[in-house]
Amino acid sequence: MNRALTLIRRRLIGGIFVLLIVVIGTFLLLETAPGDAVDAYIASTGGDAGMIELLRHRWGLDQSVLTRLANYLWALLHLDLGQSVTFSRPIRDVILERLPNTLLLMGSATALSFGLGSALGIYAGARPGSVRDRFLSIGSLALYAVPGFWLGLVLIIVFAVDLRWFPIGGIESIASGKTGLDRAVDIARHLVLPVSALGFIYLALYLRMMRAGMAEVWRQDFVLAARAKGLSRRRIVLAHVARNALLPLVTMLGLQSAQMLGGSVVIESVFSVPGLGRLAQEAVAARDIPLLLGIILVSAVMVIVINLLVDIAYAVLDPRVGASEASA
Amino acid sequence: MNPLRRFLGTPEAVAGAIILIALFAMALTAPLIFPGDPQAIAGPALLPPFQDWLLPLGTDRLGRDVTAELFHGARTSLAVGLAAAAAALVIGAVVGTLAGFAGGLVDEVLMRVTDAFQTVPSFLLALAFVSIVGPSLGVVVAAIALGAWTGPARVARAEVLSIRERDFVASARVIGMHPLEIAFREVLPNALPPVLALSSVIVAAAILTEAALSFLGLGDPNRVTWGGMIAEGRAVLRTAPFLSIVPGIALVLTVLGVYLAGEGVVETTAVRRSLS
Repeated sequence: MNRALTLIRRRLIGGIFVLLIVVIGTFLLLETAPGDAVDAYIASTGGDAGMIELLRHRWGLDQSVLTRLANYLWALLHLDLGQSVTFSRPIRDVILERLPNTLLLMGSATALSFGLGSALGIYAGARPGSVRDRFLSIGSLALYAVPGFWLGLVLIIVFAVDLRWFPIGGIESIASGKTGLDRAVDIARHLVLPVSALGFIYLALYLRMMRAGMAEVWRQDFVLAARAKGLSRRRIVLAHVARNALLPLVTMLGLQSAQMLGGSVVIESVFSVPGLGRLAQEAVAARDIPLLLGIILVSAVMVIVINLLVDIAYAVLDPRVGASEASA
Repeated sequence: MNPLRRFLGTPEAVAGAIILIALFAMALTAPLIFPGDPQAIAGPALLPPFQDWLLPLGTDRLGRDVTAELFHGARTSLAVGLAAAAAALVIGAVVGTLAGFAGGLVDEVLMRVTDAFQTVPSFLLALAFVSIVGPSLGVVVAAIALGAWTGPARVARAEVLSIRERDFVASARVIGMHPLEIAFREVLPNALPPVLALSSVIVAAAILTEAALSFLGLGDPNRVTWGGMIAEGRAVLRTAPFLSIVPGIALVLTVLGVYLAGEGVVETTAVRRSLS
């Protein structure tokens, strides 16, 4: 357990450094943006030059770059991401309101791509070079080549417009008054298409990684030993080959989380899911740069946390991990 | 056996090569076959495909020739994909070489910056960059490269770490070469093959990112893009789904062609694929 704690501490310190770099990066982006928060505010509300001066002073925008960076960091330490001009509300509140939908979408899509992807990967990797292996490899590559937003549109055309099996967008029926289980079922129905669009794109990644990992494991001596023992092929595949090839996929889960978040921007836009991604698109449309950068910061924190969790899971699953770091 | 024949030995690679050749042909001949502005009105609005042999793929909501747009869109997709990938590979190779060769604090700082770039979803970064600087072809290329250089940087660094211990590097030091000269003239060229092996994946990702950016309305407004065409077609998704489907198929084929040809090249040159 001590080993895992050392690992977590190291990762946490690393994460804080990374976060600091991200914060400075977003601050620089904010600085390069033409116009500042006051301009955006005045553009939406109107006001004279005196008003502009007053607001610049009140929001601390007339100070030096370093002072403003310090103010920005200080505010972030208090979890204050600033004010969104578009929503006339604190950015933190707007983001927190949208976050659960994105987490739900991402979590379900990850479960789909990881679960189905590794299962198909095992199926393909059980007989390397067979027809089904080749078919699945090429099929997954084709799937990986599909743009997520386009797959989303195709799913809408087929399953929402033509077949009318699923709603066309949104997260739940508006003003349906549903509660409890009814509401959960309603949300699940709304999520089927976006989760499929997001999950199927990344499924290929896990399938191919699982398959490649199994191909490596097949060549190892302990598989030969298992064969020599006379174990059934099924048992060798599941208990020996697949099990050992599964670990790298867990790491991929963390690495992919940033990609998944990026992918959910377009998917949420296609399906009008009121999540973080759609918020990002709204921020772009309204040219609300502080809101956009707030979303980036929150995403970075999410990615760091997810990777930390994955590291912990990995340390629990594989006793070799972190052993050297802990003893060092 | 010569490399070309070996490359053509796998059916996947052949399929990839055919797709890419067709695509380059489309991109290169677009101004010849469809001179003039592809965004000009060419016929009645919402003409379905295969009705008029002069407008084989029909027209969009505003009566623009879908075939012409498709051909011109190939130019944008290829140009952005190749330019962004090239930029990402160059940045990645330089950063990775510097980090791996210098070691110590330089390495530490550069790798933490790499971590930071990998932590921020690259699509969100591109979105923010384009919406701040303003959409144009160069900005879109830069925005995509900004999120794509980290993979090559890690691979280059790992490769440089093993190369810098070799004898020829030691002898370059002995004859008094400048460390930067050693890093970029002796070490970097030797570290390139595994970095270049990433190029097909990066080109493919760049094409998809460009399409997604244009789909959200952040492409160069003066150019036809497949992503933009799909977004256009979305408004008439119920009545004219082909307007969204056709450019999407072009995108899928393009990216698939890049993957297949890339895998063929990697297998032919027998470069060990390194995962980023």
